Amino acid sequence: MLDGKVPAGPLTEKWQNYRGTMPLVAPNNKRRLEVIVVGSGLAGASAAATLGELGYNVKCFTFHDSPRRAHSIAAQGGINAAKNYQNDGDSVYRLFYDTIKGGDYRSRESNVYRLAEVSTNIIDQAVAQGVPFAREYGGLLANRSFGGVQVSRTFYARGQTGQQLLLGAYSSLSRQITLGTVQMYNRHEMMDVVKVDGKARGIIARNLLTGKLERHAAHCVILASGGYGNVFYLSTNAMMSNASAAWRAVRRGALMANPCFTQIHPTCIPVSGDYQSKLTLMSESLRNDGRVWVPKHMKDVEAVRAGTLKPTDIKEEDRDYYLERRYPAFGNLVPRDVASRAAKQACDEGRGVNKTGLAVYLDFADAYERYGKSEANAHGIQNPSKEKILELGRKVVENKYGNLFEMYEKITGENPYHTPMMIYPAVHYTMGGLWVDYNLETNVPGLFALGEANFSDHGANRLGASALMQGLADGYFVIPYTVGTFLSKEIRTPQIDPNDEAFAKAEKAVSDRIDELFKINGSQSVESFHRRLGKIMWDYCGMSRSAEGLEKARKMVRELREEFYKDVYVPGSADEYNPELEKAHRVADFLELGEMMIVDAHDRNESCGGHFREEYQTEDGEALRRDDEYTYVAAWEWADPKAGDPVLHKEDLTFENVELKTRSYK
Amino acid sequence: MKLKLKIWRQKNQDSKGTFETYNVEANEHMSFLEMLDVLNEDLISKKQEPVVFEHDCREGICGTCSMVINGHPHGPNAGTTACQLHMRYFNDGDTITVEPFRAAAFPVMKDLAVDRSAFDRIIQAGGYISVNTGQAVDANAIPVEQVDAAEAFDAATCIGCGACVAACPNASAMLFTSAKVAHLAKLPQGQVEEQQRVLDMVKQMDDEGFGRCSNVTACEAECPKGISIDNIALLNRKYFAASIGSEKQAQ
Ligand SMILES: Cc1cc2nc3c(=O)[nH]c(=O)nc-3n(C[C@H](O)[C@H](O)[C@H](O)COP(=O)(O)OP(=O)(O)OC[C@H]3O[C@@H](n4cnc5c(N)ncnc54)[C@H](O)[C@@H]3O)c2cc1C
Ligand code: SF4
Ligand code: FES
Repeated sequence: MLDGKVPAGPLTEKWQNYRGTMPLVAPNNKRRLEVIVVGSGLAGASAAATLGELGYNVKCFTFHDSPRRAHSIAAQGGINAAKNYQNDGDSVYRLFYDTIKGGDYRSRESNVYRLAEVSTNIIDQAVAQGVPFAREYGGLLANRSFGGVQVSRTFYARGQTGQQLLLGAYSSLSRQITLGTVQMYNRHEMMDVVKVDGKARGIIARNLLTGKLERHAAHCVILASGGYGNVFYLSTNAMMSNASAAWRAVRRGALMANPCFTQIHPTCIPVSGDYQSKLTLMSESLRNDGRVWVPKHMKDVEAVRAGTLKPTDIKEEDRDYYLERRYPAFGNLVPRDVASRAAKQACDEGRGVNKTGLAVYLDFADAYERYGKSEANAHGIQNPSKEKILELGRKVVENKYGNLFEMYEKITGENPYHTPMMIYPAVHYTMGGLWVDYNLETNVPGLFALGEANFSDHGANRLGASALMQGLADGYFVIPYTVGTFLSKEIRTPQIDPNDEAFAKAEKAVSDRIDELFKINGSQSVESFHRRLGKIMWDYCGMSRSAEGLEKARKMVRELREEFYKDVYVPGSADEYNPELEKAHRVADFLELGEMMIVDAHDRNESCGGHFREEYQTEDGEALRRDDEYTYVAAWEWADPKAGDPVLHKEDLTFENVELKTRSYK
Repeated sequence: MKLKLKIWRQKNQDSKGTFETYNVEANEHMSFLEMLDVLNEDLISKKQEPVVFEHDCREGICGTCSMVINGHPHGPNAGTTACQLHMRYFNDGDTITVEPFRAAAFPVMKDLAVDRSAFDRIIQAGGYISVNTGQAVDANAIPVEQVDAAEAFDAATCIGCGACVAACPNASAMLFTSAKVAHLAKLPQGQVEEQQRVLDMVKQMDDEGFGRCSNVTACEAECPKGISIDNIALLNRKYFAASIGSEKQAQ
């Protein structure tokens, strides 16, 4: 049984008391301690900057050409915080409760409460850095709503919130680089974690321009390397996002928690062809104003598919606003897992509205009218024409989501101001990740994990606008304290020597692995293997899973992996800038991680959050959780597939402050 | 659609590059980068070296993609990054020229990939507000007028791609630098360090070997994010005030 190291005391006081009593590292000692941070996304950049400010010697690594390009830059909709600026009944407790419930009661209470507590500081910090959040006329901050909640607590910068928050963290990081507390290693990929006497003491990195392997030593290692959604090949993640940093840690003994908890986002631009390289998200914030529907009648479905009927010509009474119908309390703002499943069901019934039958409408017509009328009123326009109203309304919508509408038009060639968007669910986020305790430390001493790379706060389903919050909470407000629990015991440890045998061995293992990949010299591209893996994962370990399908999938992934090691072709050489080699490593790791996800999904005989097992559903198709047996975190220890199966370690989840209920959004 | 591509190939920073010609079969739904993926898959299947180009988000926000398509950084469409450009804007039988961003401060690393770390160093010179984590006051303590916040945001949407530099006959980085100066200058939080910031960032820009701005305005025309040259005017005003109107010097 794993110990989450949750401090004692009442929920509301745990973090404060713990922070007030945890061991500290004195400033003169901080100067002598070295910390490696892998990743410069929201979690990594905020951690590296803050640790630098505190006086630690930080080395920060990213495979990107600049820290500002981390995948966090693409986050669109917003960031939550329990500020209650709207006076609509929000509070730290409510944010905590919504997150626990949204996660379908599969996350650790204490972590989630802390997250809600520090959420308010994040907004203060970001504003102080110059993050240009949206504001009201009076100059105060504006908010909007996201799925799964009934308050307005999401702060945003048009549809580019991640960009603005990351640029804020990047600016703080840049300042520390100038001050010399952080050394930045761009275009450096972490290839392995190095353990000395059981503790994480450094990494092997590859300089991506020269191909040279480098040893970097430190007193501890922090991974903030993002999520693994790209195991599905097609996802909304950036093309380079990958699991290798986390996976290499797993291969060194770190545990992987709840790997099957992946989030399928309901509103993405549908797949259009085989050549497609990635999918594009249309932010959840659109569900504030957009209504989701499919035609009621098959004849209309067929006509819109054939292009003989325009969706705007389908009468109101012939439309099925299925979310509003099935979930009147939350309507279009149900959580992501629920909305995605409902879209899949509508399409499984044959009511999908594009040629492939895998799309539903997201319609803003009502919003144009509503906003248009109120604008007309505000500007004293008497008896405005319908066209005038729509024009005014479109303007309001443009101000809120302009860049998203533009993006949609660029990709699809259709103008969403005049016809409803077509959307379909796509892989978006991974709740699973490296197992960490309350200190965000993995089971490997001195190895920490932050942001999407850990499993900590979102249970089986993440609520919208909570990933940015978690990444920044971890980096700005949690790790700067909790890293002290480890480092305070290391103040007498001299500088770690990169010439130590452990480093030499790890470096050799990396270079052997590279040689092995080149030696295969087969006939199929890395990309083609990735595509095939993605298809298996999507078909059998995606929105809907079954024991039978998962067994089949496991076999398929194993076969694919064997084929990969027999027939992959990696062009070029190891001592040059070689993106195909980088990809080969990442896909090799996805081929192992994919199997572990399947094992986890097979082992969890219940439906919860994003994990929907067909065998466990209610009569009306809702997820059926099995609390008596599965109220635990499944943390997997890697085992060589030739020797046996991954080993399951459990962390029991105890709920002292909320009652486990069937999640209902009706 | 059948296309002929003339692509710049260069082994590494030290070698000389040249254009190579390739034929590729694409369709109009693909993005430009997906078309290059198709070409690369084809090259790999023939055991030839694929074309190196940089990309990541493929939705116009990370600023990684960087190539000159038919003479235009990010291609001919206004307000569009290379990754957002779709093949429906090209015709069957077209010949398309693809080359890297060219500027002394952006050396070519390989094929279409250039080194833009000079931009990072410009930001490091002063593109930040000096506030440590935990020092902030309540976010609503300082109201910011809606128009100011909106203008700050407009300048802050710069994705750091470098198209402005590639577009400029002098390879000036003024649009990029001014966007950051303007973003921070529009906000009360950013005004405290305004003078020192503008001096330091301009000095770094010069040290990196970017050229002078001579008001050609090609940068604005090619910027995929619509960053306005009004920001350059603002930078010039601030720079003038800081260098003539104050005792401050670049550090
Ligand atoms: C399209 C999209 C929109 C989103 N919108 C929202 C939203 O509105 N609100 C919200 O809360 N969340 C949103 N999310 C989720 C959120 O953006 C991410 O979960 C979050 O940004 C992850 O941050 P991170 O710092 O953990 O990782 P990332 O930003 O992914 O950063 C990972 C970093 O690690 C580095 N790295 C990884 N591996 C290595 C290695 N081996 N060696 C060296 N460096 C490495 C990378 O270079 C990068 O710097 C969105 C996600 C997507 C895909
Ligand atoms: S100003 Fe425009 S062209 Fe220049 S770096 Fe920024 S976004 Fe790119
Ligand atoms: S790949 Fe991100 S902007 Fe083009």
